[in-house]
Amino acid sequence: MKIAKVIGWVLLIVLVGIQFVSTTRNQSDIVPTTDFMIVNNVPKPVENSLITSCYDCHSNNTNYPWYNKVQPVAWFLEGHVEDGKKELNFNEWGNYSSRRRNSKLNSIISQIEDDEMPLTSYTLIHSDAQLSEKNKEIVIKWITQLKDSL
Amino acid sequence: MSKLKIPTGILAMAVVALMATSCKDTKKENNNEDAHHTEQMEENGHLDDGVQDHSTMDHDKMGLSDKMMDMNKNAMRSSQIVGDYLELKNALVADNKEAAAKVGEKLVGSLENFDKSKFDKEQQGELTDIIEDATEHAEHIAKSHLDHQREHFDVLSKDVIDLISITGTKKTLYQDFCPMFNDKKGAQWLSATKEIKNPYYGSKMVTCGSVQKQIN
Repeated sequence: MKIAKVIGWVLLIVLVGIQFVSTTRNQSDIVPTTDFMIVNNVPKPVENSLITSCYDCHSNNTNYPWYNKVQPVAWFLEGHVEDGKKELNFNEWGNYSSRRRNSKLNSIISQIEDDEMPLTSYTLIHSDAQLSEKNKEIVIKWITQLKDSL
Repeated sequence: MSKLKIPTGILAMAVVALMATSCKDTKKENNNEDAHHTEQMEENGHLDDGVQDHSTMDHDKMGLSDKMMDMNKNAMRSSQIVGDYLELKNALVADNKEAAAKVGEKLVGSLENFDKSKFDKEQQGELTDIIEDATEHAEHIAKSHLDHQREHFDVLSKDVIDLISITGTKKTLYQDFCPMFNDKKGAQWLSATKEIKNPYYGSKMVTCGSVQKQIN
């Protein structure tokens, strides 16, 4: 009993302590002219799906819910966003060469088709980010058209 | 609320957090394990396509004009990449995910070592683009399952074809075409043998495809 209490207090102190460690927040008010939506003429349903399901990790602006500001969740998320942006940053679309665009579009299609993106760990909390079969179809169809037009 | 309840809750949260963050490491270990069983495949790959030891190409060819020597050197610069690519192709023909992953990793290194400084400005720009793109595909091949490896191989093939159109190649290569892959849009690949061995379908349809052209 006493040991449990001590461990509990130590953990509490550690947990409070790590709240003061800052993480890089992925937030920006500026939508650059190189953004995917500006470079391409994206139909509204596709735009909505991409922004809701992809932009949190694949753009310069993450829409953070409150619990994502709490450590150690924030660390976990920081890593995801960093990896996500490295793979694909929709805000940087205009800076990608046509070779790179083709590659990215290929991967977007395949990841959505195979339900590998959005990540399950993400849609578990963000149920609205889960793409319905219908939305998947709409997005894949339009992205395929875009790829073929390159 | 009793005092004990709060710490227990915190303990549970901490455990969950720890579990979540340790997922990544486990995955990495698996990859390493996968990469072990490939020695034999690699040898087969070499025999099959006659991939040569690149170090033997290093000797100066006496009596050639400077331009010819430049061309040879340029081709040599990409030979490591082409060698890895062909090895990767053989792994996919053999439906060998582990071998493909291992060569993918090797290819990342070869792409990194590629020296583009001797090419002209315009070519350098294009080469940077090709190398960057190819590196991403090679990285993914190193950690994906067979289906994804093949999807990446499709785009990687385009990169390597464009690469050797700039650097040239000393090896005779065949540009092959599989009409079925990619929702019947088709996909190209390079081979060092004239005989068709399809890397996109492997044992399922190994002879499917045709030679589009001979390079060199």
